[in-house]
Amino acid sequence: MDFVNFLIQLLNSVQYGLLLFMLAAGLTLIFGIMGVVNLAHGSFYMLGAYLAWSLAALTNSFTLAIVIGTLLSVLFGLLLEWLLFRHFYKRDHLDQVLLTFGLIYVFEETRSILWGDDVHGVTIPDALSASIPLTETLSYPVYRLFMSGVCLLLALCLYLLISKTRLGMKIRAGAFNHEMTEALGVNIKLIHALVFAMGVGLATIAGMVAAPVSSVYPNMGSQVLIMCFVVVVIGGIGSVKGALIAALLVGLVDTFGKVLLPQVAGMLVYVLMAIVLLYKPEGLFKN
Amino acid sequence: MTKTSSSSTSATEVLLRANKVTKNFGGLTAVSEVSVDLCKGQIHAVIGPNGAGKSTLANLLSGDLPTTSGVVSLNGQDITGWTPEKISRHGLGRSYQKTNIFRSFSVWDNVRLSAQSRSQPGPFNPLSWLTEANHMTDVNARAERAIELAGLENRRHALAGAASHGEQRQLEIAMTLATEPQVLLLDEPLAGMGQAEAESMVQLLLRLKPSHAMMLVEHDIDAIFALADQLTVMVNGQVIASGLPAAVRTDASVQAAYLGEDH
Amino acid sequence: MSDAHAPLETLPRSLNILLATALVALAAFPFVGADYYLQMVTRMMILAIFAMSLDLLQGVTGLVSLGHAAYFGVAGYALAFLTPPGEPVSLWWTLPAAVGISALLALIIGFLVVRTHGIYFIMVTMAFAQMVFYVFFDNKALGGSDGIYINFKPEAVLFDLENKKVFYFFTLALMVLVYVFLRRLLWSPFGRALAGIRVNEHRMRALGYGTFSHKLAAFTLAGALAGLAGFLWGAQSGYVNPELMGFHMSAHVIMMVILGGMGNFAGAIVGAFSFEYLLHVFKDLPSVGAFNLGKHWQLWMGLFIVALVILAPRGILGLLATLLKGKEKGHD
Repeated sequence: MDFVNFLIQLLNSVQYGLLLFMLAAGLTLIFGIMGVVNLAHGSFYMLGAYLAWSLAALTNSFTLAIVIGTLLSVLFGLLLEWLLFRHFYKRDHLDQVLLTFGLIYVFEETRSILWGDDVHGVTIPDALSASIPLTETLSYPVYRLFMSGVCLLLALCLYLLISKTRLGMKIRAGAFNHEMTEALGVNIKLIHALVFAMGVGLATIAGMVAAPVSSVYPNMGSQVLIMCFVVVVIGGIGSVKGALIAALLVGLVDTFGKVLLPQVAGMLVYVLMAIVLLYKPEGLFKN
Repeated sequence: MTKTSSSSTSATEVLLRANKVTKNFGGLTAVSEVSVDLCKGQIHAVIGPNGAGKSTLANLLSGDLPTTSGVVSLNGQDITGWTPEKISRHGLGRSYQKTNIFRSFSVWDNVRLSAQSRSQPGPFNPLSWLTEANHMTDVNARAERAIELAGLENRRHALAGAASHGEQRQLEIAMTLATEPQVLLLDEPLAGMGQAEAESMVQLLLRLKPSHAMMLVEHDIDAIFALADQLTVMVNGQVIASGLPAAVRTDASVQAAYLGEDH
Repeated sequence: MSDAHAPLETLPRSLNILLATALVALAAFPFVGADYYLQMVTRMMILAIFAMSLDLLQGVTGLVSLGHAAYFGVAGYALAFLTPPGEPVSLWWTLPAAVGISALLALIIGFLVVRTHGIYFIMVTMAFAQMVFYVFFDNKALGGSDGIYINFKPEAVLFDLENKKVFYFFTLALMVLVYVFLRRLLWSPFGRALAGIRVNEHRMRALGYGTFSHKLAAFTLAGALAGLAGFLWGAQSGYVNPELMGFHMSAHVIMMVILGGMGNFAGAIVGAFSFEYLLHVFKDLPSVGAFNLGKHWQLWMGLFIVALVILAPRGILGLLATLLKGKEKGHD
């Protein structure tokens, strides 16, 4: 593999990894802080993509679509948390698995009723539709760099929020000990609602931003969910840093695997997970 | 650390020896270079204020927590780093401060299951899938002995989770005895007990003494002085005094740090 | 596992009588029922075996596996690969072979997976099952997304499995055999140890039990029994595809076990029958105006599942047991 091809695959790996991170970060935070396993997390990704498609068609502006879509999804997340999820933080994992599996069905069918089952494309806005030439024949799409950029920016914001702000401190405290944090006067219910909404928001934005590249189709939620779970397992529950490193690792293994060892490419990520489990059953960076 | 008089004579067997055992949790040192000998026929009590590291020490000896450094040996064999189940199988029994029973089983089933751990054919052996658990005579005999020792014969059909606190503490001990260990680590067996119950428990511990090496983590000072042959005082993870109870009691540093105004 | 899901190990007498009556009804059914329903009930019994295998893992040992369908599907595929295109293959070696393959897969994956706990265990079981799914889905040599046809039912010589009634009774016999075996296991030393692990694994270790090997044995045995069900499914339907190993199948079998009531195996049978029946009901819903209710059966199923979790966590048998215990107490 020559340098240019290597560079292209590397950029693709990072882009895919960062996208996975957006989903995994929300999932791992919700696990780590509220102890809730959410199988429907992939549905938010799907929701984002469908919102991007329908809102872009409605408003003729991709930017506007993303802004409105983010607002709508955060509101949806808050509603879902208030209505359902907050009553399941103390229930056991089996109940949570069942609830969220039921929700997957409900979300999928609602999507089918609202938007149908066809595959749709979302056009890349003109400003981002160029390609950077690398050689005479190969070039790299600007949009993919934009995707990585957005994810990186959000990752940075998340890092700053969690480690440098008072809100972040309260979130981290809540992860360790709910009762204590509450006793100190922190509104733990609000924290939980915010974390949940943040998780939903990140997943939806990922879906919206990815839509032009991956297309918008019915099964996209479940496909990305499983990768997301693998990332969280490898990274360690509750660890955002772990999620980032694991996501990039998965991105690299999956992308280069498909190019170098196509027959076994699908299995490589699971082999990676198996190896991590043998030495660290609680992930690389367990909190 | 002050050592008041010699601990054991050459005649007594040391069944469990902890040598400079340390446990660090990140930046926090919960147990620092603690050495303890448990001899057959003796009760070695470990006392100290809350947070002194007594339960952590018990966890280190039973394998529930891995040591950061130090050596633990059982019957002369180095058991540092062994899993709790392996240590248990080699003759150590542990009871817990926070009652650690099978709440949804009956008292009898709790003790029977504890006794079964010594007799069961391995889990991949089809014999263990097809025989009747309640018909294992050696297991039943062991369980019966343990239940009698703990004084729970009349409560065997009670649901463990519904039993009184005192009965649950008795059950806690019965389960530990059902595996017929030579070394007993008992973490606050008297916790939360009324006067009469505590009396029975003290009697039970005295009956167990001749045939076991026992470590007792306790808060009840009166019970300690009635029971202990050796006494170790821990404060902030370190041993500040160790030896015969009468001598430790009058030790200045112990008085200052722990016993203080109480006695 | 929370009290809401505390398993019903012993069923009240009246419930046992009810179940015995149901068994008699099942035995008599082929002589009164139509062919179409015969197939449907056979399929329900196969799923009942599948559900019982998961009950061993989930209801008894307390391990929530989101990837149990992998062992179900693999056995079906084993039959598919072992059956030549032009003639049937002998039941007497392919059945044990398929079950053995499922058991082996469960042993290998179990070895990796049983060391994890809680949420991790749920996620990794799902992940490995997805891996198995993709191995078959992505490889044309293994049938790919189209799946494989099994042109002949296995040959038993002593009886003819191509005869629907015979296949029905064969399946019924196996279902009863698995039930009896698992009930025996529940009260065996191994079964008691698994129950102990479910209730308090930490104490079990402190008592000297090797909980890793116990859980691995349970995982493997559950996988083997799932393989038995998968073999029967392949034999009955004559077709296997990767969906048999998929996430939806794994989630459905969890649903069956919860719906019926966990921990006593009768619940798994009741749950499998009820779940399949419900699926038929939802899929056959008529259209209201322009809205085809049946087409969107997943919506009704989803809402049903959500309602079940909120309202009846101990499932059908749990509800019945509470009702019947109340009646029995009232007579005292």
